[in-house]
Amino acid sequence: MLQKLFYLLVKVAVAFLLGVNVRRRELLPAEGPAIIVANHNSHLDTMVLMSLMPLSRLAEVKPVAAADYFFSSPLKAWLSEHVLGIIPVERKGRSGKTHDPLDGCYRALEDGKILILFPEGSRGEPEEMTRLKKGVSFLAERFPECPVVPVFTHGLGKALPKGSFLLVPFFCDIFVGEALKWSGDRAAFMAALQQRFATLAGEKTFAPWE
Amino acid sequence: MTLAPIHWALIGIWAILIAASLLVYVISRRSSKNLQELVQRTQSWWVMVAIFTVAFLVSNTVSVVVFGLVSFLALKEYFSMIPTRRTDRRVLFWAYLAIPIQYFWVYDSYYGMFAVFIPVYMFLFLPFATLFTQRTDGFLRAVGTLNWGLMLCVFAISHAAFLLILPPTGGSSSGGPGLLLFLVFLTQFNDVAQYTWGKLLGRHKIIPAISPNKTWEGFLGGVATTFCLALVTAPLVTPFSMVHAAFAGLLIPVAGFVGDVTVSALKRDLGVKDTGSLIPGHGGILDRIDSLTYTAPLFFHFTRYFYY
Repeated sequence: MLQKLFYLLVKVAVAFLLGVNVRRRELLPAEGPAIIVANHNSHLDTMVLMSLMPLSRLAEVKPVAAADYFFSSPLKAWLSEHVLGIIPVERKGRSGKTHDPLDGCYRALEDGKILILFPEGSRGEPEEMTRLKKGVSFLAERFPECPVVPVFTHGLGKALPKGSFLLVPFFCDIFVGEALKWSGDRAAFMAALQQRFATLAGEKTFAPWE
Repeated sequence: MTLAPIHWALIGIWAILIAASLLVYVISRRSSKNLQELVQRTQSWWVMVAIFTVAFLVSNTVSVVVFGLVSFLALKEYFSMIPTRRTDRRVLFWAYLAIPIQYFWVYDSYYGMFAVFIPVYMFLFLPFATLFTQRTDGFLRAVGTLNWGLMLCVFAISHAAFLLILPPTGGSSSGGPGLLLFLVFLTQFNDVAQYTWGKLLGRHKIIPAISPNKTWEGFLGGVATTFCLALVTAPLVTPFSMVHAAFAGLLIPVAGFVGDVTVSALKRDLGVKDTGSLIPGHGGILDRIDSLTYTAPLFFHFTRYFYY
């Protein structure tokens, strides 16, 4: 309930303050289990991707985010879990190797949820893509039938880059790519994913922003 | 309930829209070519005319807000497609903030401030705000592009909204709303007329380096059509004498053409086909209001000089 209300507000804000141009929205997974992988430039990424989903399906969609950031205090943890619907992952080196950091993701996929994953691992420099981390390939290996849908976004890092609290309106592009499935080889899978992102990013010449 | 002249004018606009839609429907059924874009364009016209009609009928304040939103969308489109500097984010924010302020002057009928706020105060303030970035490379380009965008998307368009609050005169009971309807209808109709004449008869390119699809036949056909329409509609909703109606009937299509080509030059420089994808079939909002950026201020001052 709270989550629906929150994302309803987000939908209105995204439509008014940003405005998104979505190409091939129909390629977004309609039901789980599925994994949406996107490049990461801004806190807005999760908000915008969630806002593309119908409100009725929101409970099925789970953004995966860093435990050390979103679960750092009891209040943040409660909001992250109950309002944003986040699944926490431990980033490397933060805790002892007592359990697999992806356990939460495995369980969600078993429950037929749609995961939103940012394999760059961090927002980093806005509008610059870094190498993808391999976590997503472990998920794909465990669930080989689960489609991995690449989504490239541009403009959100301009609107709200890391370290800024001032949202400046920009139109944002969201290019959805064809789904990918586990190919049996980790390196090949990651290379294919990286290639999908490169193709999506090359679809349009973006205005320089330096 | 008695209908005022502007209501009859609105009914006329809807009648034209319905007739045009039927025509497009028949053509798209008969033609073997793919006319998807033409159909989409027509559908978008329904949405735009509906929004405009509702705002217009509800109140002047709502119409002013709608024009403010149009300016906001246009400026957002402009900032999204031009090269910007990361350090200027705050400056862009100030530029956006000029929109509610400018439209407040409109709402407040404060002509003196309306006329100088952007060309004087924002013009001086934006370069000043840019100094805080402590970066001089790209300074001229940043200040120049921001100011031009603000003039084009906000200052120019706000003149259309300012027409609204002009009072009725001895010559016409319709006042500002009638003038706004006259301006917006003729500007948009002229766009369609120039496009249609160009498609039907276009042979001789008028400005090939900037807009290769524009022809002399389209331009002159549009001017002639709009001119005739201005003479017919002016007595209904404006205080214009026949001479002034004729002048407005030339001013709007010619200025509209210049505005259209100016935005085309901007797009060509940036290497984009459309300014956005907000309006299916048309492109972005700037593609739709490019003519209005020139017709609104010129028509406003023409009217103000002779009648207010």
